[in-house]
Amino acid sequence: MYWEAERECMDREELKQLQLEQLQATLSRVYMNVPFYRKKFDEMHVDPDECRSLDDLRKLPFTTKNDLRDNYPYGLFAVPLREVVRIHASSGTTGMSTVVGYTRNDIKNWSNLVARVLTAGGVTKDDVVQIAFGYSLFTGGFGLHYGAERIGASVIPISSGNTARQIKIMQDFKTTALVCTPSYALLIADTIQEMGIDINALSLKYGLFGAEPWSEQMRQEIQDKLRIIATDNYGLSEVMGPGVAGECLQRNGLHINEDHFLVEIINPETLEPVAPGEIGELVITTLTKEAFPVIRFRTRDLTRLMPEPCPCGRKTIRMLRVMGRTDDMLIIRGVNVFPSQIENVLMSVEGTEPHYQIVVDRKGALDEVTVMVEVSESIFFDEMKKQHELIETIKKRLASELSISVQVKLVEKKTIERAEGKAKRVIDNRKL
Amino acid sequence: MMLRIRNLESGYDRLKVLRHISIHVSTGEIVTIIGANGAGKTTLLKTIAGLIRSRAGEMLFEKQEITRLSPEKIVFLGCSLVPEGRQVFAPMTVRENLLLGGYVQYRRNKKNEVNVDLERIFGLFPILREREAQLAGTLSGGEQQMLAIGRALMARPKLIMMDEPSMGLAPLIVKDIFSIIKKLRDEGNTVLLVEQNAKAALGIADRGYVLETGRIVLEENAEDLLSNRDVQRAYLGRDLDTETKI
Repeated sequence: MYWEAERECMDREELKQLQLEQLQATLSRVYMNVPFYRKKFDEMHVDPDECRSLDDLRKLPFTTKNDLRDNYPYGLFAVPLREVVRIHASSGTTGMSTVVGYTRNDIKNWSNLVARVLTAGGVTKDDVVQIAFGYSLFTGGFGLHYGAERIGASVIPISSGNTARQIKIMQDFKTTALVCTPSYALLIADTIQEMGIDINALSLKYGLFGAEPWSEQMRQEIQDKLRIIATDNYGLSEVMGPGVAGECLQRNGLHINEDHFLVEIINPETLEPVAPGEIGELVITTLTKEAFPVIRFRTRDLTRLMPEPCPCGRKTIRMLRVMGRTDDMLIIRGVNVFPSQIENVLMSVEGTEPHYQIVVDRKGALDEVTVMVEVSESIFFDEMKKQHELIETIKKRLASELSISVQVKLVEKKTIERAEGKAKRVIDNRKL
Repeated sequence: MMLRIRNLESGYDRLKVLRHISIHVSTGEIVTIIGANGAGKTTLLKTIAGLIRSRAGEMLFEKQEITRLSPEKIVFLGCSLVPEGRQVFAPMTVRENLLLGGYVQYRRNKKNEVNVDLERIFGLFPILREREAQLAGTLSGGEQQMLAIGRALMARPKLIMMDEPSMGLAPLIVKDIFSIIKKLRDEGNTVLLVEQNAKAALGIADRGYVLETGRIVLEENAEDLLSNRDVQRAYLGRDLDTETKI
């Protein structure tokens, strides 16, 4: 099922032409209307008229989260405020919030793109969609809401939090699709179990999760516990919000809405493009945004592109599920470590729960990493030997995955704080 | 894709009118280019038609490079222009004007089909049949526009380019002309339409581009362009000065 087949299955050559046209138009507009870009282009002696191919994009300067902050609140808007019908601000996971705006057309496009992602994830007009993302300055709630409404689904704008009430509504309203963060989905699943509710009595079929990195193992876990098909979707408020990319039912990479977003993958240190298929930082240029276009926005998200055709028939390029953020990247004794690598290992070990926390300390001149992971209760009643065995297994696997040794600590269920929004996975106590 | 243009530069003598135009027209679409006077709309159509030689960039018509082709050759390939101000041959009859348009078919060794085409044009524009023997110069503005479109259609073009077909016509006639353009698209023709009457053009188009001082500044579907406030302000006569300022 496609939402906009003519775009999602568009011939690649035609798409590239469209992208070039839109890129040139966007550059002309930001140069005319946004002093920040004009100044930056002029300083770097970049003439937007000289952008003649998609590869010429590389000559343009990057835009960073700091640029957005420096221009707080409206400095990067490309239209006067009277044209803006909605204002959002980033969730501020990593600092001060940044402000973005939408024209009426932007909202229309946004709704359509989210509708594409929802459709790809199995949602139709017959579904009852429970949106457990916050309805606030954060783009998650409203973004998904408008998309689901655009499809014609029945939308429950429950917002985030109050898990017991989420589950009651899910039962009473016969929710068929759940929209939230993957960690919250897991919390809901565990709570359902604790409350002794028969999962088969629920009507859930699909789960569309995003707003934080998660792993394949975590998907399995959510799918098994909630008996649903769980897909990943991606977006960020600086670029639009949800709807930038989303998985189809193949569940193997997220289709990027390339007729609205031009993507690159760069090495976050050299800022050069990586070799095709290599992992690096995702950089996005918007092609159709009116109020808040961004040129080469550094997302800080790590992924790689998957150019192979997808059996679903969409011709848009896919990206691997986000592996982590460049800011999450921990440099431990000189080695780059991503929390997602640790998560993958933990999930593959029998007896662990999908809740963990990574604590980094500095002892003298040496970094020390302790992974705290929840384990099933039974193991604490077993002999110490079993616990030691489990710790050794995890240590060994982590060492081979990360090429550094880490400490492992088993903790009882529910010791690690649960998040209703984005989970906090890393505690870095180093004073660098 | 019927027409694909990348980084087209064009102008007159030392005057650079088009800076780097990239547009495309897919088969079966009405694509409109709107923009103020002097933005470069007519220059663009004339450059595609081969009447002005481009300075840089590439133009593919059905995957064939047409950048250096003569206007006759471009018409022969299936790309016809209905010029600004109609430019019918005033001292010739309506029928003769149409037959001249059919010259391409004659050259394609399809002269038997010229009469069929003539009938088709008369079917599309019954008024032209009534005026068949009349001198083109004696027709009203609207009739001349129909004749100019009919003459272009006689070449059986795959792509019809129209330059300001509504210019100087009474509102009712404009409505007729636009419904004919829409009908042409519905019959499978592909149209590239340049208009100052942005509202009417966007009303029938599938997609549109906004051309400003030789650059494309917007590409969107027609419906979105109609609701774009910049477009409303610049081309649809919405008076924002009277609105509350913030």
